[in-house]
Parts: sequence; structure tokens; C-alpha cells
Amino acid sequence: MTTLQTGLRKSVATLGRPRKATYVVLAIFVLGSLFPFYWSFLVASRDNGVLTERIPPFLPGGNFFANAQRVFDSVPFWKALANSVIVSGTVTLTTVLFSSLAGFAFAKLRFRGKNGLFVFIVVTLAVPTQLGIIPLFIAMSELGWAGHLEAVIVPNLVTAFGVFWMRQYTVDALPYELIEAARVDGCSMIRIFWNVCMPAVRPAAAILAMFTFMMSWNDFLWPLVVLDAGNPTVQVALEKLQSGYYVDYSLVLAGTTLATIPILIVFVLLGRQIVAGIMQGAVKG
Amino acid sequence: MTVIDKVAPEGSKAGERVSPRPTFRHRLSRWDVKVSPYLYVAPFFIVFGIVGLFPLLYTAYVSLFKWKAGGDDPDFIGLDNYKDLFADSQFWNALVNTISIFLLSSVPQLIIAVMLAALLGARLRGATGWRVGILLPYAASLVSIGIIFANLFGSKYGLINGVLQTLGLDPIDWQANRFASHVAIAIMVNWRWTGYNALIVLAAMQAIPKELHEAALIDGAGLWRRFFNVTLPLLKPTLIFVTITSTIGGLQIFTEPKLFDAMPGSNNGGSTNQFQTVTLYLYQMAFENSSLGYASAIAWVLFLVIVLIALVNFFLTGRLARTPAVKKK
Repeated sequence: MTTLQTGLRKSVATLGRPRKATYVVLAIFVLGSLFPFYWSFLVASRDNGVLTERIPPFLPGGNFFANAQRVFDSVPFWKALANSVIVSGTVTLTTVLFSSLAGFAFAKLRFRGKNGLFVFIVVTLAVPTQLGIIPLFIAMSELGWAGHLEAVIVPNLVTAFGVFWMRQYTVDALPYELIEAARVDGCSMIRIFWNVCMPAVRPAAAILAMFTFMMSWNDFLWPLVVLDAGNPTVQVALEKLQSGYYVDYSLVLAGTTLATIPILIVFVLLGRQIVAGIMQGAVKG
Repeated sequence: MTVIDKVAPEGSKAGERVSPRPTFRHRLSRWDVKVSPYLYVAPFFIVFGIVGLFPLLYTAYVSLFKWKAGGDDPDFIGLDNYKDLFADSQFWNALVNTISIFLLSSVPQLIIAVMLAALLGARLRGATGWRVGILLPYAASLVSIGIIFANLFGSKYGLINGVLQTLGLDPIDWQANRFASHVAIAIMVNWRWTGYNALIVLAAMQAIPKELHEAALIDGAGLWRRFFNVTLPLLKPTLIFVTITSTIGGLQIFTEPKLFDAMPGSNNGGSTNQFQTVTLYLYQMAFENSSLGYASAIAWVLFLVIVLIALVNFFLTGRLARTPAVKKK
């Protein structure tokens, strides 16, 4: 946060004090950011009649819970929520753990082929793995995993971005002296990782956890391909809600509202850290 | 760094009872130091090998077959899928749509992001609050955004057409009109990503040394001149980074056009494929028509297009990185 503050102080000299117009423009942007969320709640809390009016009412009605109930009746939404929590939770845990381990090795340990392997990881950052879904689908079908959560979890156990991110942070955050001291005390490598490295890189790990959770929660194409309507994640369930012939928007938008609430809560609680994470990543990357 | 232990001294001197070979504990510890790094980086390489590299290569293999999901044994047909693909007007249409949507989304997005970053860089009351505020769309899932915007842009009852009509303008058929549909999808993309990119640009702006601005100020440069002649040139590397990442993502765009369809659940990208993108076409071929071989050919061509554009970007970056006075990156 200190870098943020010094950054702010610097910009005072450069860009001057904000005028009223600055606040007005920013307020318009923030309202624009909020509006679609509000609109989806507005429609979800009324009935479809609201959509036929040219100037819709501007306050929510009282039907939200009734519409939400219909969501739970039309698709297995509880199951979808539970599935999403399981998938995103598992993926987040393994991504943070494996990325921190690899980041530790790349940042602080000596081994043959290290540089080559790291360059390889940086290159894979740019590989659009999404294009490999066809063989992946064939493989999952062969394994009998299609339709099961393994099929969504296993491909996302660890990411190139995660390894890269943790490595960049570990380089500066973990002094060699600490590792040496632990070695002298007879620590094994894995204990050094767990008791020395992890505490030092905890802030970066927390940011990685937030991003991974959000990405995983919002992932759509692959779950759509490999899961079926009976055992969906939230995003797949939402798409199934919408894909009837006649779209009942107060129903569908009640679904999107329900699906967005968990992420919005995370956002309100951790918004400051998420912003800081994005900005740190931008300067380090 | 000398984490690696020294071998115990060879032999013993002065009759000391030092064991000539390392103890078991000692050997275990050396083994630990040697092997651990590989164990720690292994998970990534195993996962990437299985779900990244292998599928990509296997996609090339599948693309050489007439391969029907759940059908008979695949027939080897060589490059016929590619021949068909290059003669397939629906594919070219999808490629044009993808590039059109990509340009409509990335260019305005970058410009607005830089402007927003400039505003956010001022000494604001509640600076973090504003930042979180403009980042909010990033929290929404693409599926939710697709559904909400499909509703807002609805041709008959959509709010946006309602507003247009109230203002005395003609309503626009956002789904049927090809260009309008591209604009609407681009607006969805921009809504989600502009705030995020603004924060990245803001971080880069704050990394610009203060002295440069002071020097320009002393030379009598006003606010706008300083912005165009100092800030903007120093932002180039960041802007290119943002462009590259949005290229890789933007050329694979799938969720927004899929959910934008007036016929929900359809993979056509509109009644005449007016907003079908390459990835949507790939999905339709693979999982609606079960033509896995043909879809794999689409995947490889798209992959090559992305690599090509990324390479162009890369060379551009290399050239610009050599400009002096760029400190970061």
C-alpha cells in the first residue's frame, strides 16, 4: 500500500487537484458500472410486464424471492452453487499451493534447466489453451469423467500465470539469509517452503487466491462442453435457464442476480486488495 | 546462494573419527536439495502437458480425420478439412466478425481506459472507492453479462431501444443488423474490461518519474502537452501489453456472442450468422454437429491467427522497448 500512497502523492504534482468535473465523469462511469447489476435485480424483483413498458419503474418490486424460488424449481441451482463452490474452492487451493511451490523453486533454488523451464512457462502464458478443448473432451469421455466435476477441476489445478506471479513476488519477498538460517537449523526443503517461504509470500498468495476463485467461478466454455444440465456449475445452469424458447427474463435475471451475489460480496469485502493486486501486477509483469 | 551443502571432508586427519562417507542423514539432505526443486515445479508441467500441450498437438492430429463424435472409426483424409475450411464462407464470415468485434472493443476501450486512468490519478477523495467502483464490472460473470445485455439490447422491449424511442429516435434491431450486433457485443466487452485496464494504465502512470513532469512544467508545458508528450509515450509498453493480452482473449470471444442470440441456446450467432465468431463456429461444429475433425481444423487456423498477431505485437514491443527513457519494462 505504501507504493500506492507515494504514487498518489507523486501524481498530485503532475496532474493537479481534481476539479468537480473529474468527480462528475467518474461518477457517471461508476453508475454505468453499477447499472446492469441494478437492472438485473430490478427485473428480477418484478414480473415480465416491466419489460414491455417503455419507461420502466425505477424501484425494485417485491417479487424477488418468488422469482428466486422459481429459479431453484427450474434448474438444480442449489446443486450448481455447491458444485461451483467445490470446483472454485479446490482449484483455488491447488493453484495457490502448486504455484507457490513452483514460484519458490524458480525464485530461490538452484537446479539444472531452471532458466529454460521458466522461459517455457512465460511462453505458455500466451498459448490459448482453450483451443485444445476437442481432444480434452475426447480424453475426458474416454476416462469417463465427462459430466463429473473432476473434468472441470483437473485441467485447472495450476496455471502458468500463477507460477509466474508467485515467482516474481518470491524473488523480492524472501531473503536468502532466511533460507540459509533454516538450512543451518536442519530444516528440510519442504519445511523451509512451508514455514519460511509461505509466511513471506502470503500477500501475493492471497491475491492469487482471489483472482483464481473469480476466474474459476466465472468460467463457462469448458464447463459447458464437459458438464451436463443435471450436474452443472452456476454459469452452465444460468445458460440453461436462458436457453428455453421463450425467455422469462424475471426468472433468468433472478438467476444472474443470485449467481453474482457471492462474487459481489467478495468484491465489497476485498475490493481494496483486488485493486492493489491488479496494480501491483501491472508494474511487476 | 549456497544452500547446497559441502561434502564432508575426504578422509580424516589427526586420527579423528570422522566417517569417510556422508551419513545417511547427510545424504538424505543432499538428495532433498537436489530433487525438491523438480518436485515443486512438476505439478505445473504435468498439468500443462496433459491439458495444454497434448491437446493442442492432438488437435492437429484430429484435424486430419473425418472424425464424428460417437460415430464410426475416424477416416484419415489428410488436409481435406483445411481445404474445405478455406472454401467455407461461414468460416470467413466468422473470422471477419471476430476481427470486427475485436477492433470495436479494443480500440475505444484503450482510449477510454487511458482517460479514466488520468482521472483516477488525480488526488481524489476516497480514491480506493472510485477504483473499486470502476472495477465492479470485472466481478460479473460473462454469462450474467451476456444475459443482462441481451435483455438491455432486446429489439422489441429492450431498455436501450426504449430510451432511443423516447428521445424520438428510431429503434435499432441490435440482433438482426450485423454492424449493430457487433457494436452491442463490443459494448459488453468494453463494459467488463475498461475499468480493469484503466487500473493497469494507472499503475504504469504512477511509475513515471515525477522529475520528467517537473522538467516539462519548467519548460512551460501545460497539462495537455505534458499528457501527450510525457505521459503517453512512457505508457507505450504498458499499452502494448494490454493490447497483446486483449488480442489473445478477444480473438477467442465466445460467451458474449453465444448469449446475445435472440434465439437463446443457439450457436448460429444470429439468423444469418451475422455475429457468429470463430470460437462459436468451432463450438457449433464440434458439439452441435459432432464434426470433431473439422472443428479441430478451425482451432488450428485460429491458433495460427492468434500466434501471427501476437508475433506482430511482439516485434512492435521490441522496437518500442528500445526507445530511450523508458524505465519500466
